[in-house]
Amino acid sequence: MIWSKYSAPQAFYPLAGRLIPWFATVAVILMVVGLYMGFFVAPTDFQQGESYRIIFVHVPAAWMSMFLYVVMAVWAGVGMGLNARLSFMMAQAIAPTGAMFTFLALLTGAMWGKPTWGAWWVWDARLTSELILLFQYAGVMLLRTSIDDLRRADRSSAVFALVGVVNVPIIYYSVQWWNTLHQGASVSMATGSKMAATMLMAMLIMTIAFWMYSIAVILARVRCVMVERESLSTWDEKAAAMPQAVEAR
Amino acid sequence: MQWGSASEFFAMGGYGLYVWTSFIATALCMVWEVMALWRRRVAARAEQRAALLGGTDETAA
Repeated sequence: MIWSKYSAPQAFYPLAGRLIPWFATVAVILMVVGLYMGFFVAPTDFQQGESYRIIFVHVPAAWMSMFLYVVMAVWAGVGMGLNARLSFMMAQAIAPTGAMFTFLALLTGAMWGKPTWGAWWVWDARLTSELILLFQYAGVMLLRTSIDDLRRADRSSAVFALVGVVNVPIIYYSVQWWNTLHQGASVSMATGSKMAATMLMAMLIMTIAFWMYSIAVILARVRCVMVERESLSTWDEKAAAMPQAVEAR
Repeated sequence: MQWGSASEFFAMGGYGLYVWTSFIATALCMVWEVMALWRRRVAARAEQRAALLGGTDETAA
């Protein structure tokens, strides 16, 4: 099976290196298309005027912040279950990008809240639970750097990530469960979309663009993590002829 | 197309500050992340090379 072959870091390292340019290229193309649609094709919102255009970065960033947390927790869980090094490395590589998107969701949310609600920040359920998500990402990363023993650092941050996954459905359903100032979902699996077709299209294209961007930077980071952790010269395509290096740790 | 002129586009119906801060902050974060990863990769590979060639702490440092 091809997947078991690539679960070895030595095989995954060159594969990731080959995949990065493809994901990066698709991300750039989709961002250009998405921004063009968002600014030049999508109409002005009848209620919010032009301020609604923040949606084209706000919603993709917010979705990625939650999605990446779940993916990070899944890798952490697989790492715990199978004691697989690559899984822990993937979890480690995802955390900073997830934290960045959480920060951007909060920042762009403040930029949208000020003209719409008259406040940069309110302690409503959606905003508060998203802020907690940022602290969770920080916790996962700090726990890793504060423990010297690599195996213990892996497992501790994995447990922290897994426990925190309960917050993701809380963020997602907060606008239904509580009476929030934050508006409810404009796009839903059950009821479809309440947006104009071109608005929705621009938002979805930006979301896929952010997704492809995330894959590219996470693959680049996991390659850095592999080199830092194990310094295996044989992982590099060009150095394939060099003798097997000893595992550093 | 809803923009009569470039200045109308940048004004964003009076919401220019909020809209452009959002988009520019997002772009800056992404550029910063890519550059930070680039530096991290260069540093990691330099350390790896030093470890392979010298092996001792003196040459690596």
